[in-house]
Amino acid sequence: MRIESPAQLKKTAEEFRSRPTPPVKLLVSMGTCGIAAGTAGVLKAVREEVTKRRLENAIEVVEVGCMGLCYAEPTLMMVDQTTGRRLIYGDVTAQQVPAILSAGITEPAPGTRTIERNWYYPEFESAGPGELQARIVLRNTGRLNPESIDEYIMNDGYAALAKVLTTMKSQDVIDVISASGLRGRGGGGFPTGRKWQFAAQQPAGEKFIICNADEGDPGAFMDRAVLEGDPHAVLEAMTIGGYAIGAQTGVIYIRAEYPLAVKRLENAIAQAREYGVLGKNIMGSGFDFNIEIKFGAGAFVCGEETALIHSIEGKRGEPTVKPPFPAVEGLWKRPSVVNNVETYACIAAIIRKGAEWFRSLGTEGSPGTKVFALAGKVSKVGLAEVPMGMTLRQIIYDIGDGIKFGKQFKAVQTGGPSGGCITAKNLDLPIDYESLKAIGSMMGSGGMIVMDEDDCMVNIAKFFLEFTLDESCGKCTPCRIGNRRMYEMLEEITDGRGTLETIEKLKTLSATIKDTALCGLGQTAPNPVLSTLKNFEDEYLAHVKESRCPAGSCTKLIRYVISDKCVGCGLCLHRCPVNCITGERKMRHQIDAAKCIKCGVCYQTCKFHAVEKI
Amino acid sequence: MNVNLKINDRPVTVEAGSTILEAAEKLDIKIPTLCHFKMDCFHMEHRSASCRICVVEVKGRPNLAPACSTPVMEGMEVKTNTLRAINARRTILDLLLSDHPKDCLTCPKNLNCQLQELAQEMGLHHLLFKGEQSTYNKDLSSNAIARDLDKCIMCRRCETACNSVQTVGVLSGVGRGFKAVVAPAGLRPLAETECVFCGQCVQACPVGALSEIDYKYPVWRALNDPSKTVVVQTAPAVRVAIGESFGLEPGSISTGKMVAALRMLGFDKVFDTDFAADLTIMEETTELIERVKNNRDLPILTSCCPGWVKFLEHQFPELIYMPSTAKSPQQMFGAITKSYYAQKIGVAPENIVVVSVMPCLAKKYEASREEFSHNGVRDVDIVISTRELADMIREAGIQFDQLGEEDYDSPLGESTGAAVIFGATGGVLEAALRTAADWIAGEDLQEIDFKAVRGLEGIKEATVKVGGLELKAAVCSGLGNARKLLEKIKRGEANYHAIEIMACPGGCLNGGGQPYHHGDTSILEKRMEALYRADAGLPIRKSHQNPSIQKLYEEFLGEPGSHCAHTLLHTTYIDRKHPKKK
Repeated sequence: MRIESPAQLKKTAEEFRSRPTPPVKLLVSMGTCGIAAGTAGVLKAVREEVTKRRLENAIEVVEVGCMGLCYAEPTLMMVDQTTGRRLIYGDVTAQQVPAILSAGITEPAPGTRTIERNWYYPEFESAGPGELQARIVLRNTGRLNPESIDEYIMNDGYAALAKVLTTMKSQDVIDVISASGLRGRGGGGFPTGRKWQFAAQQPAGEKFIICNADEGDPGAFMDRAVLEGDPHAVLEAMTIGGYAIGAQTGVIYIRAEYPLAVKRLENAIAQAREYGVLGKNIMGSGFDFNIEIKFGAGAFVCGEETALIHSIEGKRGEPTVKPPFPAVEGLWKRPSVVNNVETYACIAAIIRKGAEWFRSLGTEGSPGTKVFALAGKVSKVGLAEVPMGMTLRQIIYDIGDGIKFGKQFKAVQTGGPSGGCITAKNLDLPIDYESLKAIGSMMGSGGMIVMDEDDCMVNIAKFFLEFTLDESCGKCTPCRIGNRRMYEMLEEITDGRGTLETIEKLKTLSATIKDTALCGLGQTAPNPVLSTLKNFEDEYLAHVKESRCPAGSCTKLIRYVISDKCVGCGLCLHRCPVNCITGERKMRHQIDAAKCIKCGVCYQTCKFHAVEKI
Repeated sequence: MNVNLKINDRPVTVEAGSTILEAAEKLDIKIPTLCHFKMDCFHMEHRSASCRICVVEVKGRPNLAPACSTPVMEGMEVKTNTLRAINARRTILDLLLSDHPKDCLTCPKNLNCQLQELAQEMGLHHLLFKGEQSTYNKDLSSNAIARDLDKCIMCRRCETACNSVQTVGVLSGVGRGFKAVVAPAGLRPLAETECVFCGQCVQACPVGALSEIDYKYPVWRALNDPSKTVVVQTAPAVRVAIGESFGLEPGSISTGKMVAALRMLGFDKVFDTDFAADLTIMEETTELIERVKNNRDLPILTSCCPGWVKFLEHQFPELIYMPSTAKSPQQMFGAITKSYYAQKIGVAPENIVVVSVMPCLAKKYEASREEFSHNGVRDVDIVISTRELADMIREAGIQFDQLGEEDYDSPLGESTGAAVIFGATGGVLEAALRTAADWIAGEDLQEIDFKAVRGLEGIKEATVKVGGLELKAAVCSGLGNARKLLEKIKRGEANYHAIEIMACPGGCLNGGGQPYHHGDTSILEKRMEALYRADAGLPIRKSHQNPSIQKLYEEFLGEPGSHCAHTLLHTTYIDRKHPKKK
């Protein structure tokens, strides 16, 4: 089928909506995360059960992308098409499937875990009680079949593009995006409208719209969720961007480690071409736009726009000095706009609902929503899309259900390896681009790693720096050598070889790297060190002055001993992998410190809490 | 359009698009640089902004700005020596040194190293940072260029020389993070790559990561072997550059002092590659006239430059019929010494050692090519660069600048003005034109300065009337320019009778074996002027009028292009893109 005009799109959407469907929809979370957790087995059981019971006309089984409920994968959502009532099941096993199907929609099946929906869709709902999340970016993710353009069109898909092509000039589009206050969701927070404006102002000729799908922050996976769950939203937004800046080619730069996202994108591109919403003469408007996919090899630095462009060109993925900015001289030296997936995912909604609507969410300086990937020691890990300006406490405690195992909250790292840690005293700070920067962290792509009392902050800084070290391209001196030296100094500290001078040197070096590195990766690499130094200097001092790791996590600084609580059961002796525990039965055992590798097995094993970490 | 800004509170006006560094230069404010490399006369600038040593403070900018690549803006206020900038620069240098071997005393670049110079200028006497240092195996696989990656500071100057200037494409960034270095893909040894050994990377390298393979000791050994007759030849471009190594003004013509020094070093005979250059003109011009007359295999390309020849063999094997089959002057000299001269002095070729002093590193490779050996005896035994000769002179304790002038030995030391200009781009073609014009016209023409082919421009063209013939000629130096020209020829867009090609921009005077110029291209211009001055000062300025050459043909070779000349003085080329399976 080919859609020849915006009017036909509208008609087609109505036709799709009026198609008879089974009364109940069963959404199965088939993102990479769900599949990894075993959803495929659940899906198989569901399909078998539906066939066995001849429920094909009663239940429509739909494979959807990630619902964001990582802590409860595999997840299923049962939706009553007429009443809108829904049941969300978490931790589903194949064995539970018959019971779930038998239970129907009114009451949950016995012996299952159900989950309250804590999000709403601001485009067509208002928030209910407990619905803290506002899903704009994730409006279709986990809700629609990502492999069906029909479903997308049924749900206002490509309506924004139709609106743009029929009622708006290029400048109108840029004006709406500028007025919405949308800022780049990839990390920097640069106003998207202004970026588009720069590119649009360049003399006409070949221009490019690039989608940065090289998501690489450890612990961040919202872009993958969108690409796997709602690929058409990205295609539609890129086409709108192309119309706005005068580009006819879009390039999606995606890491090759996202095979499912690639598959769904390729499928979506093929469908969009077939329907005439991509390609030549889109919906009869005379506007041509094509999208191609380029694969990245998973280098974090290729998320930096100039490095990304070099990589697309087949060159070594490393950044170059700006100016010239890509909007002036980008891919193949032509004006190019680089936005990330989450940014594009906002576009169609803004076009449909208007800038004012978008601004009604979020803060004055940072309108709209942001998707956070909650990870680490939080009870409910997963994706949460919230209006900007929400506090960390709301995100971690209300959405994330607090710290795992009732432990004490210590800090949260936002902005991945480029960000900084935020302590309890800032838990009530409404977060947006500026407020995070002001407390020494950053928004970044939205990774949020929660740490508890067992985490050593020196070690955490070392962990993040190790990532940057691996991912540095090696081009500029401060990043290539400076980060290496910083890492070595942190290692000295966690090994108990550090001195007060090491801490001073760390501070000097951090300041220089921040001040002199060529690209964002290098400039922000010292952030985890600086922010932990600022907020947890006492931990650093304990390491260097007392050779003590307050969190008890730096293995070189801790020792395991067996106290007089020991009853001589011998369990630790049997479990010790290096046979360093000795003792007669029913007598107090002993650990040979010289042989001990500090694996902690005895500590975890002892039922009498006789093994102590000192 | 002009831009006004202030550096260290001093106002300066520069053209829009200039960098802070350029504006500072205008005020004579020196901002230290390391990775930045510029060769104005070749329109080349390497601006990777990667070393960060040139950072300065710009009012209103959150972080420090690299002066080498930050464009000036109206009203900009720059401070180059604030505590913040000084701390940053010191830390950067400290970091660079923390991953750099401190074996300066034995480094081939000792006293010629820009990192060393920087450390000295910045007066860093205490290093703060210590840690892991990079360790790689030295690459001594070729017999021309040595690579010591432990010393690589990732300035990438060699990469620009290899890729952008020469379009050879062997060196590039390899590895990431702390393990990033500039090397051939897959860290292959240089000998297994398409490297043409032009040595422009060595000229560009500010530290000791790239240098020549050193052959000084084999020369000392030969000189001290009583069973050997050791003769030396010196290439044209050496005489106008070697003085720089001894503090003489760039552009000094040191021919006489150099000959004296070589004699003091103990060479049995001091000869001149210029003699062989005249011989090359005899053979090559014969071939040129023959090809033009028969309108066959045109254009004829010069074949003096081994870097260029290897480039052609790798990159344009479909054109290997084009270069003249004449050997290069270095190899003609070797061949004649081990045949004609050996007979003359009654010494067996295997007991003669031919040493070349060349401005070039590719000559080391050329001398080792299989085609240039007979019965296991190489025509040219040892090749040293201008820099190595200067080192030997110093090692021998010879006060070069105090030396008197001496003359070359006879007969292989006699040469003409046509030969000496081989050292500059355009010289070979001009020399050939002088002879071709005379031969075609059948008279001794007086107008012999072909100025259109002179100068450091990358591609030059000239149409010369010789007799009734209009010869279309082109000269190009730098392999990037050669590539452009060859592509044009392949597309049928260019029509020439003869083209001179030299691998190094500017020709041999800017060879990889010459004293380091570190981007000061005024030195190159002075070397070039000196070569033309030397030419103008010589009594004979046409190759075919060299009496020793005439005698060589009479006594030994017969006619130019004769069977004997072909056996000794001509060669063949290899398609290296499609190597034959052994």
